[in-house]
Amino acid sequence: MNDQTQITPIMKQPTPPSNPRLESWKTFFKKLRKNRAAMVGGILILFFIFVAIIGPFLAPFDPTTQNQMNKLVGPSSEHWFGTDHQGRDIFSRLIHGMSITLFIGFTSVIIGAFFGVFLGLVSGYYGKRVDAVIMRSMDVLLAFPGILLALAIVSVLGGNLTNVIIAVGIFAIPSFARIVRGSVLSVKKLEYVDAVKALGASDVRIIFKHILPNVMSPIIVQATLYMAAAILTASGLSFLGMGAQPPTPEWGAMLSAGRSYMFDAPHVAFFPGIAIVIVVLAFNIFGDGLRDALDPKMKN
Amino acid sequence: MFTFIIRRSIQTIPVLIGVTVLVFMLMHLIPGDPAQIIAGESASEQQVEQMRERLGLNDPLPVQYFKYISNAVQGDLGSSVRNGRAVADEISARFWTTVELAVYSTILSIFIGLIAGIISATRHYTLTDVSIMIVALFGLSMPNFWLGLMLIQWFSIGHISWLPFDTAWFSPSGWGSWQQNVLPVITLGTAGAAIIARMTRSSMLEVIGQDFIRTARAKGVKERVVIYRHALKNALIPVVTIVGLQFGSLLGGTVLTETVFAINGMGRLIIDAIRARDFPVVQGTVLVISLLFVLVNFLVDISYRYLNKRVDLD
Repeated sequence: MNDQTQITPIMKQPTPPSNPRLESWKTFFKKLRKNRAAMVGGILILFFIFVAIIGPFLAPFDPTTQNQMNKLVGPSSEHWFGTDHQGRDIFSRLIHGMSITLFIGFTSVIIGAFFGVFLGLVSGYYGKRVDAVIMRSMDVLLAFPGILLALAIVSVLGGNLTNVIIAVGIFAIPSFARIVRGSVLSVKKLEYVDAVKALGASDVRIIFKHILPNVMSPIIVQATLYMAAAILTASGLSFLGMGAQPPTPEWGAMLSAGRSYMFDAPHVAFFPGIAIVIVVLAFNIFGDGLRDALDPKMKN
Repeated sequence: MFTFIIRRSIQTIPVLIGVTVLVFMLMHLIPGDPAQIIAGESASEQQVEQMRERLGLNDPLPVQYFKYISNAVQGDLGSSVRNGRAVADEISARFWTTVELAVYSTILSIFIGLIAGIISATRHYTLTDVSIMIVALFGLSMPNFWLGLMLIQWFSIGHISWLPFDTAWFSPSGWGSWQQNVLPVITLGTAGAAIIARMTRSSMLEVIGQDFIRTARAKGVKERVVIYRHALKNALIPVVTIVGLQFGSLLGGTVLTETVFAINGMGRLIIDAIRARDFPVVQGTVLVISLLFVLVNFLVDISYRYLNKRVDLD
């Protein structure tokens, strides 16, 4: 008998090739699921989107039909949030206003992100004079504090919903550009970018195929947090009478109309304000959670 | 430090030029003929031509810009289309009201924000911390114009039904006496306080986790000294930047607060001017507020450098 025992090499089972992008998304969702506040924010946002789509079909009253016999009635079982100065049901108007609010937020963020990300990518990648020109231009836009830039744009273009979206979108461009530029500056130093360059890839390909996917995290976080700011700015402009015009059930405009009845019927201004707070809060919570999961460095 | 100030001043120049170009271009970006729009739809051909002449729109664009700037440097920002008064006079009559409102609100937000942030950081992950952060999140998410209206409702109209006494303590409009100032300052300062509280907390937590704090504790330094002398001093550095930015956004926010409380400041002046299509006033006010913001940012950068010697302009 052969004493020598035959040693059979134990081969490690080759792990199936995994898609690194898919893996990173899995890790991201895992982190996000652990953040309870972010989950609450996310679920609330999904609920708001659902209300914006389905709500108008379920609203108990027409949002623009006036009922002069039923003016400034307080909350009741028939009119949950009462009626306004034209006898319109506030609850129904808020439900209809949800789609307007989300539409303003989404479109202005898309406008701001589109131009801001493009400028940030170009600025960060090319550097030198291109960077100096783009970033100084962004500094100029940032020199108009708060709502002032959006207000100046609306004063030129005229006050309506489309112009508010454009104004809030332009207002968002510098913050996206700055964040993306910063991320590009650190990503473009990585070896893989040099490798792609050495393989002869064009600048456009490097920027959009290889750098952009790696700076998506701060863009997503910024977009979510900016939704909150966009909704607040747009409702502020409508409150000043520079945005949505009556009888559009936009929350800022509803709040503005309620100002005149603070003494007799405070509920007319109270409920639209609460609606804005809840939606903005949801985006802020979700944005905070996304940041913690995707890009904790952004915290500071 | 002197070199830093000089270099930072040079960096400010292109921004100043950009701001003036953009403000100057406001009138020229109006779709259609600005003279016709400002004179009104019913204005005759002659009136439109007079308006064009008055606004200097007949000159080539670069000439108009240089005239605007050279006049602005001498304190001439044109005259109001509505009442013919000098724009500079209109602004100077309201300038200090807006600055006072922004300064008081900044002081309030620093005071509340710092205290809340420090308490939150020193008791992190306790009920106190969570409660403060939830309140801060609400403060951040609240439209200040709505908060202002609610404060008027509760503390000026005096209607808190569950209280056994009248709560009409403060004036709902105007600016000057303390009864008039309290509500607008709270309205404008709330969001800033929330942001500063969040920033102070995260900055403090980061500093508290560092080695030099552990060393201080190991040496037996009292906890109070560790927090206030060692941690807070270092944690304040990023907070300074936020405070500067906050002052700017408060300047912008005065537009809404002044509207809610009928305060006769620069913010309300802009709104009235936009409604009346009084573009020289819109241009002048936007220019003054933006230049003020640029100046504040400049000062904040210098103080930031003073606090943190490692800062480099690049």
